[in-house]
Amino acid sequence: MSRPLRLRGIRPYGADDPVDLLLRDGVIAELGTGLDGTGAEVFDGGGLIALPGLVDLHAHLREPGREDAETIATGSAAAALGGYTAVFAMANTDPVADTAVVVEHVYRRGCEIGLVDVHPVGAVTAGLRGERLAELGAMAASAAAVRMFSDDGGCVHDSLLMRRALEYTRGLRGVIAQHAEDPRLTAGAQAHEGEIAARLGLAGWPAAAEESIVARDCLLARDAAAALHVCHVSTAGTVEILRWAKERGIRVSAEVTPHHLLLTDERLAGYDPVNKVNPPLRTAADSAALRAALAEGIVDCVATDHAPHAAQDKDCEWSAARPGVLGLQTALSVVMATMVRPGLLDWRGVARVMSERPARIGGAADQGRPIAVGQPATLVLVDPDATWTVRGAALASLADNTPYEGMELPGRVVATLLRGEITTEDGKVQR
Amino acid sequence: MRHLLTTTDLPRETVTALLDTAEALKQALLGREVRKLPTLRGRTVVTLFYENSTRTRASFEIAGKWMSADVVNISASGSSVAKGESLRDTALTLAAMGADCVVIRHPASGAAHRLASWVSTHVINAGDGTHQHPTQALLDAATLRERLGTLNGRIVTIVGDVLHSRVARSNIELLITLGARIHLVAPPTLLPWGVQNWGKGPNREERGWPVTVGHDLDTALPGTDAVMMLRVQAERMHGGFFPSAREYSISYGLTEARLRLLPEHAVVLHPGPMLRGMEIAHSVVDSPRAAIAEQVRNGVHVRMAVLYHLLAAQEEQA
Repeated sequence: MSRPLRLRGIRPYGADDPVDLLLRDGVIAELGTGLDGTGAEVFDGGGLIALPGLVDLHAHLREPGREDAETIATGSAAAALGGYTAVFAMANTDPVADTAVVVEHVYRRGCEIGLVDVHPVGAVTAGLRGERLAELGAMAASAAAVRMFSDDGGCVHDSLLMRRALEYTRGLRGVIAQHAEDPRLTAGAQAHEGEIAARLGLAGWPAAAEESIVARDCLLARDAAAALHVCHVSTAGTVEILRWAKERGIRVSAEVTPHHLLLTDERLAGYDPVNKVNPPLRTAADSAALRAALAEGIVDCVATDHAPHAAQDKDCEWSAARPGVLGLQTALSVVMATMVRPGLLDWRGVARVMSERPARIGGAADQGRPIAVGQPATLVLVDPDATWTVRGAALASLADNTPYEGMELPGRVVATLLRGEITTEDGKVQR
Repeated sequence: MRHLLTTTDLPRETVTALLDTAEALKQALLGREVRKLPTLRGRTVVTLFYENSTRTRASFEIAGKWMSADVVNISASGSSVAKGESLRDTALTLAAMGADCVVIRHPASGAAHRLASWVSTHVINAGDGTHQHPTQALLDAATLRERLGTLNGRIVTIVGDVLHSRVARSNIELLITLGARIHLVAPPTLLPWGVQNWGKGPNREERGWPVTVGHDLDTALPGTDAVMMLRVQAERMHGGFFPSAREYSISYGLTEARLRLLPEHAVVLHPGPMLRGMEIAHSVVDSPRAAIAEQVRNGVHVRMAVLYHLLAAQEEQA
């Protein structure tokens, strides 16, 4: 291990009084004021806020298959620059991550790059085809130790198959992350079914297509005593179903994306496909309900659904464009803008929804740990007073499909540390 | 006016100016042996059609030619479009060749908006998916103005597949701007979400009469000044939107008996192509109430007016 590092003048969870942290051998060795850091390298924090490193349960790193849009290397860099120390890489690659071979490849590439812990998500069904289970046990037993399974991009819509998947993963201590979308109700759908899409002649994606699947899956999880995670919750109705399920002790967790917290279907006018996401941007009432649910804990965490796309897949007519936006480098700032600034969450709350809860849901044991002596020195240091202007071309991802282009957002990630090593500092990757 | 993409944001003065120009062009050409005006000499108009169309394309072509523009027709079949070239590259190619105006029809809603964001040429939306078809609404308005004198306070009943109709969307917005009241008659499965708010502006203030919705054609007809029948596309008939073509025809078809329910002065419109016997009876099409041939005739003059306002009038201002 390298030289000890002394972080001076840091405010854990935004506490009023700054402290020093002495990091040694990848863990927080000492915490307090007036530490004797003789021989240690010094990082002057100057009142920066420290949070446990962020954990993203939902990112598309595109490798293998679409290395023109993103690679595990560029995606890891984007993640670290965004304050993340662990990323769950979705299975809809080419080939699909539905075997031990593919998930081990993704896992090993993540380790080699070493900027964040890359946890491959395994496909629930072979080839994402929704016909039969993938080899979930083999993926769980592989070096990647997969615990989260998802057909994200598509829904495990067959009720019996979903039931079997939930039952089977209970034995693996795993969780099924469901992309809730009844495909019969969304055939040809282009945008949130509402007044704006109707006027624009864009076929509607009804809220019921999400809510009906979430309701069904909660009942299946109840009967299987299994863990269900709901990806990218987008409607106020889903929040009510989650509340109902949680009140009854059903093992369900849920995530919301930054873009569903901030953006609405007002964005559709002009037909710029940079605003095309799945599930679609919904109404202001929905995003208000999602913010409240995140503050209350009905929605457990924020996940980016980081979805890089090559320019030709976005610079086209709306219906031909692929859904998805970049999210890793903007997530924390969007959460600040939508949750912290309006007083819905304090920094403890940010640590909960962006690090602690997702780490527990995904089973990443040494992530999302308390900032305390003996804990991993896996941290993000944030300047809450800074602002920055988003430029897609300046982001680390190969693609530049950010819906926040030109927007001024609050908060800046000053440094990210993974087990005592600085991975990014002042917007630059450190290795 | 730089482009004509939608009728939604067209101010009343602009609509009136376009209709007045169309009327003036019609009068100017009336009875002339040589129907050719020099107005757009040396200008190139490209029609870029990604969907089959006979009347709209021919109408634009004639409109351009009567004003001496060079008109080039490109269709999706038998061109680089069929080879998988992107819309953007096709647009940039046409612009580089010196097209002054691109008239586009495309199956994707918003395609004309996208085109206008990529090129500096003028863009006319000749139908984008289920969104808009502005010149159809203008020619309908021209026809109604001729027949009824004014649209102010007139009740226009639009019947049929409003959900998938760009004609309906364009007309609802435009006719409201001109002061008409819109009544929609359709099965609930073929109505857009929240259509009852379409008479209201973006901030929900009253822009005109709010759109009203009903499901009974017989009760709607006696109070209407114009009835616009929408085409039912074959793919909808099998899409489960209604039980059968026969049931649709019985419930929503404009039969001869229903024609008698209309007031004496009422006008029957159809954007074509028609399915005689389905949404409109054979004899109704040929009745003096029907203004279907006038619609087609006015289509040429309205498109001449649009080309004039985009390509010539702007130059005079500059």
